Amino acid sequence: MLKNVPLSAVIGLFITASYFLAAIFASVISPYGMAETVGDVWEPSRIGYMLGLMPEGTPRPEYWLGTDQIGRDLLTRMIYGGQTTIFIATAATILSFVTGSVLGFLAAVTGGWFDQLMSRFVDLMMAIPSLILALVILSSIEATVLTLIVLMGLLDSTRVYRLARAVAVDISVMDYVEAARLRGEKLAWIIFREILPNALSPLVAEMGLRFIFMVLFISTLSFLGIGVQPPLADWGGIVKENKDGINFGIGAALYPALAIATLAISVNLVADWVLNRTTSLKGGRG
Amino acid sequence: MTDPLVKVRGLRIGATVYPPGEKPHDIEIVHGVDFDLMPGKVLGLIGESGAGKSTIGLASMAYGRGGVKITGGEVWVNGRDILKASLGDVRKLRGGEVTYVSQSAAASFNPAKQIMEQVTEAAISQGKFGKKEAEDRAVSLFRKLGLPGPDTIGKRYPHQVSGGQLQRCMTALALCPEPDLVVFDEPTTALDVTTQIDVLAAIKDAIRDTGVAALYITHDLAVVAQVSDNIMVLRMGDMVEYGPTDQIINHPQEDYTKALVSVRSIDHPEKAPAGEPVLKCEHITARYKGTSFDVLHDVTVALYPGQTLAVVGESGSGKSTLARVITGLLPPRQGKIVFDGRELTPDQPSRPIEDLRELQMIYQMADTAMNPRQTVGTIIGRPLEFYFGLKGAEKQKRIQELLDEIELGDGFQDRYPAELSGGQKQRVCIARALAAKPKLIICDEVTSALDPLVADGILKLLLNLQASENVAYLFITHDLATVRAIADSIAVMYQGRVQRYGTKTDVLSPPFDDYTDLLLSSVPEMKLGWLEDVLANRKMESAGN
Amino acid sequence: MHPVLTLVVQRLALGILLLLAASALIFGLTEILPGDAAQAILGQAATAENLANLREEMGLDRPALTRYFEWLGGIVTGDMGNALTNKLPIADQIAFRMSNTLFLAFWAALISVPLAILLGLIAVRYQNRWPDKLISGVTLASISLPEFMIAYILIFFFAVQLFWAPSFASINDGMTLLEQLHAISLPVAVLTLVVLAHMMRMTRAAILNVMQSAYIETAELKGLTTFNVIYRHAFPNAIAPIVTVVMINLAYLVVGVVVVEVVFAYPGMGQYLVDAVVKRDVPVVLTCGVIFAAVYIVLNIIADVVSILANPRLRHPK
Repeated sequence: MLKNVPLSAVIGLFITASYFLAAIFASVISPYGMAETVGDVWEPSRIGYMLGLMPEGTPRPEYWLGTDQIGRDLLTRMIYGGQTTIFIATAATILSFVTGSVLGFLAAVTGGWFDQLMSRFVDLMMAIPSLILALVILSSIEATVLTLIVLMGLLDSTRVYRLARAVAVDISVMDYVEAARLRGEKLAWIIFREILPNALSPLVAEMGLRFIFMVLFISTLSFLGIGVQPPLADWGGIVKENKDGINFGIGAALYPALAIATLAISVNLVADWVLNRTTSLKGGRG
Repeated sequence: MTDPLVKVRGLRIGATVYPPGEKPHDIEIVHGVDFDLMPGKVLGLIGESGAGKSTIGLASMAYGRGGVKITGGEVWVNGRDILKASLGDVRKLRGGEVTYVSQSAAASFNPAKQIMEQVTEAAISQGKFGKKEAEDRAVSLFRKLGLPGPDTIGKRYPHQVSGGQLQRCMTALALCPEPDLVVFDEPTTALDVTTQIDVLAAIKDAIRDTGVAALYITHDLAVVAQVSDNIMVLRMGDMVEYGPTDQIINHPQEDYTKALVSVRSIDHPEKAPAGEPVLKCEHITARYKGTSFDVLHDVTVALYPGQTLAVVGESGSGKSTLARVITGLLPPRQGKIVFDGRELTPDQPSRPIEDLRELQMIYQMADTAMNPRQTVGTIIGRPLEFYFGLKGAEKQKRIQELLDEIELGDGFQDRYPAELSGGQKQRVCIARALAAKPKLIICDEVTSALDPLVADGILKLLLNLQASENVAYLFITHDLATVRAIADSIAVMYQGRVQRYGTKTDVLSPPFDDYTDLLLSSVPEMKLGWLEDVLANRKMESAGN
Repeated sequence: MHPVLTLVVQRLALGILLLLAASALIFGLTEILPGDAAQAILGQAATAENLANLREEMGLDRPALTRYFEWLGGIVTGDMGNALTNKLPIADQIAFRMSNTLFLAFWAALISVPLAILLGLIAVRYQNRWPDKLISGVTLASISLPEFMIAYILIFFFAVQLFWAPSFASINDGMTLLEQLHAISLPVAVLTLVVLAHMMRMTRAAILNVMQSAYIETAELKGLTTFNVIYRHAFPNAIAPIVTVVMINLAYLVVGVVVVEVVFAYPGMGQYLVDAVVKRDVPVVLTCGVIFAAVYIVLNIIADVVSILANPRLRHPK
């Protein structure tokens, strides 16, 4: 099954899957409870010890990643944080895709005033940076997991709308769609049998990129203190909580950086592969 | 005896290909070609797509396009092997001794610079002429090539002149540095036929007057016969036949050359109009939404059952618009369409399913006419299911029958369009149209994207199917040779009007109106000296007027 | 009027319309959503009566449309009202913070734009060879991290471990330019890294697009040197796409400023905005939001106008 998949995509798939599994089974694999205080403030990490980064004679640390600013196990916080971050990002991505692609396809196939109205509104939304819009909205409403998902999903659906509409417009002017129309096919056949199969791959690849963007977005909001609220852990929040440690040379705030970067790069590798598969299918000569 | 200007020995050219799902690898696209070209002579390189003719042309400038690499052999120009020359020497050669005219002048001119600057650039940078001299020379070339306003055209930007004019500007660009050799790469292929003849004549005169040698690359044997002294026939990177033009055209030795020479010689006796017309277009006037001019004016034609009406015209004549009006994609402003005795509603969505079934369409680009995600079986099977409710084994049987009819046979049902050749794709599109058991098929330039031999096969198939299924064709084309091969009646269109309409014999027999005369006489014939004859005739006529 | 001028005027008019629509959208959002300034001042414990009184006092009971135009008029004339939290005039705060933000953005742009174009050119020159791959790899990594992460990584290594630069970017008028630059060196580095990746990728794509044109082949077949091919033929056609890339990324940089200012506690517009959001100071959020949106929109308009002006087909009509 993985015969034709390039190595980079296999690695990407593997790491992405590991993160999702860790998120799903967070309560099973975490050594401690999410809010449980287990040790002192900012205890050193065992990994650092094993890599020989500590002076000789230091006792072996208890916790793999050390502890955070109030003595909670950082590994546990990271796993639960990943759960929150990945859950919110996934839900927002799904919302953004369902809304954006349904409206985009409809606009492309029906055209007329619906298309005009939607497209102009999306132009307006995209003329303002998402972060600024999110800040304005979050100044008025309470940030909960649900409101964050809805907010991010709807803000981002404008981009999906544009892509879905553009892809569908490109496909709907193809002769084979005209041929189906001339045959007398109904709208449902044209959307689901002629357009959708050809639009799927670019949309799936875009989904990966949107997911990464969502992870970065929610992390940024939490870091600014207006995203996920304590005591819930998320990667952006862990940075916010532990950022003061940096000035004492304590790298606790940098673990989320590593997590976000590896997840983002892995998803990117998978998306690249999906996109390449699409273009090579289209570009088949002969 | 003088030495040859160009001497090519054992030329091998490779390219890196990137097939989907496989590792990139190298293939050979030219497998050892030899030829000589004497100073001031013209050699025609002819072949279908993939024959390697353009690649060989560019190799004479030591240039490989994209991933193309010259892998072996020798190319001697002016007494030195340019494949072994230094980069500096190659730069002296390019634009100095050897210059290039591409198929698409519109893309080959820099959009941001005036024409004069681009035409004189090589001559000046190679140190052949000073700026003033080069510009004078360019103006005289513009004049010689018959460009309007030769003194001022150089001040224009490329998008400000027409395609035919730009192609002549490109010829001026190539001739300006007084090269020894010009490589013409399909210079007239993208032009309308009435423009092609002028550009061809201009190129031929320019070659004769300047005494330059030329490599003339084209897929059209009739065109190359007009300009070259010798012809080399290429096929899939191999030389098939090489000899004087007269010998290749009049006494070809190889079967492949014979096929190329005899292509378009389908003999189709015309049928006289009989019975009630299957299609009548009455006083059709149409324009596109949001525009303010009519693209069709008062078009009236009729087509009889089991016959072919060829609608012929150049780009912008309105011939494809007529197809859109008939299919109901563009409702006309005035006039009506009568199909099989009943008037069709103007817009397609409100037509009854029976009307849609009986009127099918085949497109120019088979590539985009088939959903790349559907198999051949699905593509042909859908109309069977949609119109006749066929399912299961019955449908399979009918699909196979249709595949047999289009001469594809077993094993094609499960293939995807990307796995078919150009000709096979078009055959599948024909089968899809036939599956609906239509009374009329609109064929929109169905052979123009295909190589001549493949196109010939498609035309023969269409004629056979017409005989067995009694289906009528509305055949839209710009190619008069195709028209001669398959039409029963002809409508010549020009600027949205029917210029001439009648049976094939009537339309193609004198006396002609001016436009039809121009159109008919512009189609290159597979005959030496055809170009001179036509031009001489035109001169006489204009003198007589 | 010259057709290009007509197009430019049309584009500018459309831009003004967009600015108005964007301000209306931002204002409208805070209107539709629950809670207003009066609610924010009095908090959850407020009684309905207290709320109504305060609303009347603040003029919040008047129609939204009236208040929108007053607010818009205020922004245009420089009278932006007072902040809810400290009752200070918003205009004074913005004047001081805007210059700080522009100072930061200016230096980030000054470094990142030439660097991105240079790296883009290198990537094209060595297309698919190791310099290209290295540049793509680094950009992929920097795209995969949020701005604040890059900031803390830089702080961790350059401020804490190596002591090269301060981790808090406080500047004041008493400092010399050099001292100020030293203070903002890390935030500038972060912003540069953030936009560099995008800008370089887009520049690379824009130049490759030009280099693959048929007229570049024509120029090569004229025997021109590589320098002349690029200088005479590629460059005139690449200006417009590159300017577009730069403008889009400057717009992107403006947004990046928000987060970076928070990380480095830099007294700019971004920090002011985020602070106001946390404190639910709606008037400040509205004003800052509109200013950020306006800068973003104006930069995009400039990009469009440049590509209209650079198009030879529009400049020299038939």
